[in-house]
Amino acid sequence: MQLRARERIDHSVKLLVKTTGFLVIAILGGIFFMLLWNTAAFFLKIKPMDFITGTQWNPSGNPATYGILPLLVSTCLVTLGAMVIAIPLGIGTASFLSEYAGKRLKNILKPIIEMLAAVPSVAIGFLGIVILGPGIAQLTGQPNGLNALNGAILLAVMALPTIITVAEDALHGVPHMYKEASYAVGASKWKTLIYVTIPAAAPGILAAVMLGVGRAIGETMTVLMATGNASAFPKGFFNSVRTITATIAIEMGEVPYQTTHYYSLFAIAAVLFLITLAVNLLGEHYVNKFRKYHSA
Amino acid sequence: MNKDDIKLSASSVNLWFGNKQVLKNINVSFPKNQITALIGPSGCGKSTLLRCFNRMHDLSPDARIEGKFLLEQQDLYENDLSVTQVRSRIGMVFQKANPFPKSIYENINYGLKINDVPKEKRQSIIENALKESYIWEEVKDEMQKPATRLSGGQQQRLCIARAVSLRPEVILMDEPCSALDPLSTLKIEELIVKLKKDYTIIIVTHNMQQAQRVADKTVFMYLGEIIEEGDTKTLFSDPKNDLTANYVKGHFG
Repeated sequence: MQLRARERIDHSVKLLVKTTGFLVIAILGGIFFMLLWNTAAFFLKIKPMDFITGTQWNPSGNPATYGILPLLVSTCLVTLGAMVIAIPLGIGTASFLSEYAGKRLKNILKPIIEMLAAVPSVAIGFLGIVILGPGIAQLTGQPNGLNALNGAILLAVMALPTIITVAEDALHGVPHMYKEASYAVGASKWKTLIYVTIPAAAPGILAAVMLGVGRAIGETMTVLMATGNASAFPKGFFNSVRTITATIAIEMGEVPYQTTHYYSLFAIAAVLFLITLAVNLLGEHYVNKFRKYHSA
Repeated sequence: MNKDDIKLSASSVNLWFGNKQVLKNINVSFPKNQITALIGPSGCGKSTLLRCFNRMHDLSPDARIEGKFLLEQQDLYENDLSVTQVRSRIGMVFQKANPFPKSIYENINYGLKINDVPKEKRQSIIENALKESYIWEEVKDEMQKPATRLSGGQQQRLCIARAVSLRPEVILMDEPCSALDPLSTLKIEELIVKLKKDYTIIIVTHNMQQAQRVADKTVFMYLGEIIEEGDTKTLFSDPKNDLTANYVKGHFG
């Protein structure tokens, strides 16, 4: 009797975890399907070529235009800027923590850096409006500092904790024997870091960068607050830009249900989805490529 | 022993890790172009002593070293001597083969690059080092292959080639065969014996047969002290100290 009761519990627990597992897949599939369905509805009304090559996003204009290019360029500009700032800073900090900092300093610094990730994005956006914006305006002589550069810096700050933590783990995980081998042929600590430790940790560092990119591309609130949201085609870092995420957030609340405009927001969300998918696949590809040197 | 024949020596060496004294009053010398084996039970300090000579302990902040280490007349711990210079004259091969996660070619090229060997000379040096380590025939057609794909024995010979490529005067070997099968071990031992005409070799080993097969001189250590040293044959056949006798006969260790 006891055995059967035990088996029953065992069986129901198995069923439960199975359900939760499938639920996640179902949710992901549901989101994907919803995006696809509404995107298809959009393309029934607007020609895909007009969507892809159009240089104007003005759904409430007359005639309404649905060119994704300005939004796409804005997103790429802000993300690229963020990565240019965050990657060297992140890898540098991770290297310092892993190779140079003493145990005590590391134990103090790591939690502080991780705490940076806990700051709500809306608070960081606030920082962009109140401090960074006026600062940039003053330094560059612009009328206001709400532009792509502002967003890029804030996104860099937001991506840093992820990049540092993951990259530091990767560097720390490099077997000590590689470093010893390098020291034994006369390499300095610095050269060992550049030529042995960082290349050996490359898959992990790449994963860190990809996570950072993912964070930056998908971030909404900060860029919404800090980049000015002008829908004109961006010309550079000192232009006000409007990213895909910010556009969706701004317009979704006001758009009439099931209009072309409504569907168009799903279409740009689908593009965003494709980009993050591509980033992840690319990251995975490189991770595998580097991994072959590690498998004995 | 004639003074000119001594390549490497340590005198009055004490070493602590934190509060724990690991080496106690070590006085030892290593003859030129000979193989010296350091034997003794685990934790007796033989690897620690070995690593003093190429200053590997520089990297552990809690290590404190006293005493004098000489490579011929050169004080290895002299203030204005860079550790890079020391390590280019004293090479090292580790217990577990540790090729870099790079190609076979790059594994040797790295050390040359670090030591500023001009590019045009490297190809022939790499080839010679691989030939000298008897691995050339096995890898010459796949120099771009990741070194980690080689077998354990091949990896260790590659590591020896890496050490040899810098033309050091001394090669330190820290249990180079402990992770290898008997056949690979045999190959490495043959290689070690062949290398002795050009290099002074110190080998730490747990394997007493290995010490007898390759070493000219053997040093027996126990709990951080040198108990006995001498000609390998004599030390094994006629040990003066009871501890040595018990160890070489396999009563403990």
